[in-house]
Amino acid sequence: MESFFSRYRNASILVLLLFAQVLGLAVQVKRGTESGGTRLIRFWVVNAITPFEKALVNTSQGVGDVWRNYFYLRGVRRENRDLKEQVERLRIEQVRLSEDAAQARRLQALLGFKEQFVSQTVAAQVIGTSGSDRSHVVYIDKGVSDGIKPDMAVITPDGIVGKVLQVYHNYSQVLLISDPSSGVGAILVSSRLQGILQGTAAGEVMLRYVMTDEKVAPGETVLTSGGDRIFPKGLPVGTVQQTNPGSDLFLNIRVKPAADLSRLEEVLVVTSIAETNPRNEASSAQPVRAADILAERLPGVPPKQPATGTAVVSGAAKPAAPSAANPGNSAPAGTANDLPSARSGVAAAAVATTKTATKPAASTMPGVAGTATTGAATKPAVIKPAVSQPSASGDTAKPKPIGSAVQPAKPDAKPSQPPPGEDVSR
Amino acid sequence: MMDMPLVRTSREEVEVYRFGPIVSVLIPIIALVIQAFVPLKFRSFSIFNLPLLVTIFFAVARRSQVAGMLTGAFIGLGQDALTHQALGLCGIAQTVVGYGASSLGVKIDVENPGTRLLVTSGFYLVHQAVYFLVARNILGVTLEWMWARTLLAALLNGLVAIVLFAVLDRFKRGT
Repeated sequence: MESFFSRYRNASILVLLLFAQVLGLAVQVKRGTESGGTRLIRFWVVNAITPFEKALVNTSQGVGDVWRNYFYLRGVRRENRDLKEQVERLRIEQVRLSEDAAQARRLQALLGFKEQFVSQTVAAQVIGTSGSDRSHVVYIDKGVSDGIKPDMAVITPDGIVGKVLQVYHNYSQVLLISDPSSGVGAILVSSRLQGILQGTAAGEVMLRYVMTDEKVAPGETVLTSGGDRIFPKGLPVGTVQQTNPGSDLFLNIRVKPAADLSRLEEVLVVTSIAETNPRNEASSAQPVRAADILAERLPGVPPKQPATGTAVVSGAAKPAAPSAANPGNSAPAGTANDLPSARSGVAAAAVATTKTATKPAASTMPGVAGTATTGAATKPAVIKPAVSQPSASGDTAKPKPIGSAVQPAKPDAKPSQPPPGEDVSR
Repeated sequence: MMDMPLVRTSREEVEVYRFGPIVSVLIPIIALVIQAFVPLKFRSFSIFNLPLLVTIFFAVARRSQVAGMLTGAFIGLGQDALTHQALGLCGIAQTVVGYGASSLGVKIDVENPGTRLLVTSGFYLVHQAVYFLVARNILGVTLEWMWARTLLAALLNGLVAIVLFAVLDRFKRGT
């Protein structure tokens, strides 16, 4: 035995080394996630390599800045003039777009949609890649110490880039959308078709799972759909470059990413995504009557106990619990009840509403009437139990800031105030 | 005498080289840094595989199969660690390349540029083949073997190896 190993020493070592690595691969495949040992190897290598990369990036950036800012100033005046003209054009466009945005918000509010927006980002510098054309990842110079966590979205002002895969103390690994193992929920803007954005081995970005009988034209814009719960909805992804029928039932749609993935320098890591109901913003933007403000500040009349069996929902003597679905609107539920003068019509409105609430009330907006997607679906107005179903549009037609009635009250609480802005005439 | 290949040398004629510990550690790290950094500026640079070339250079120069295998394994695992894929893909491929290159280095003279081009291109193909087999059969990764691209990459890596090996020859220390 001894002579066998001494004779085939090198071959034995080769077999042992290969066996150990194959075993390591099998363990990684079996576990699915990284074990502590492999994590440690990555930690060592990344911490050995990335400081050099960061130094190289900083040096090249410093040299480039000095060159561009102090030496290479050719054409700066012309560029400045062009930029000024561009600013003027963009200002005009901004006015138009802000009107569109306001209209979109109003419509969202009417439909009770929740909107997501990027509320907090961390700017990061791209300092390196994997070095392999089979692994489309980049490294950024922000890590745990900067609040970065796995599965955070990484974007540029042009479009999405990828998601954070692994986080180290001062560095993070970002999986690009061009990697085959990446997946992003995406939607085509004009046709509203949804699919999954995946990379290929060649580094291309493809939109999968769109049926072959659908029409997708080159040049169509692709946005995030928000279905992956990583990227907020509506971020630019890219444009359709080419469409071919695939071998299966789906189209092969090649997408040109909006962000230039081959020349990434600075990126933004989305550390917080806020989800708000636009109704709050829309309603809070509306002017509040001075009488309402005064009435809130003045001591109110003690609430009257409601007579049992009546449909009048004025018994919100104690404030209803703040709603989790509508945390921004934290006005006490009893507020409206404390306003005998300013809100005198509310109780009557409640009566009218509850009496007619057996069928969905007509909405003031055409096309919205009777739809179950109104705010009432998610925030039912708490009304007397005798009422069979709430008004579908009662609390959406006139959103008001003090909408305590749209807050779901405690289960054992008395019926709270109906929407103060309810139309009495109904 | 005329039947013998020109590159074939007797075992005694082949010189074994050594490298200082600093060079042995720093050159692979520098190769990894360049490999990871340059594609940021030039995406197509990732067609080159500097760590593999360094593995081949050390294995051929040292002419020790154990040293070649270990060098290949460590550099390969270092490359794997920078990717998001499982550790061991490049490790296995470069272990095989290290063993093969050191075995070949014992038998033939690999000092002239022509031989270096052929040897490096050949081992690049071996590396790709082993990587492909392991990735497909053990990890179940869907990979497509692209002949044209692979052959072009092998040739380009061979050309780069001629320059790189000439630079690295300066760090050799004869025994």
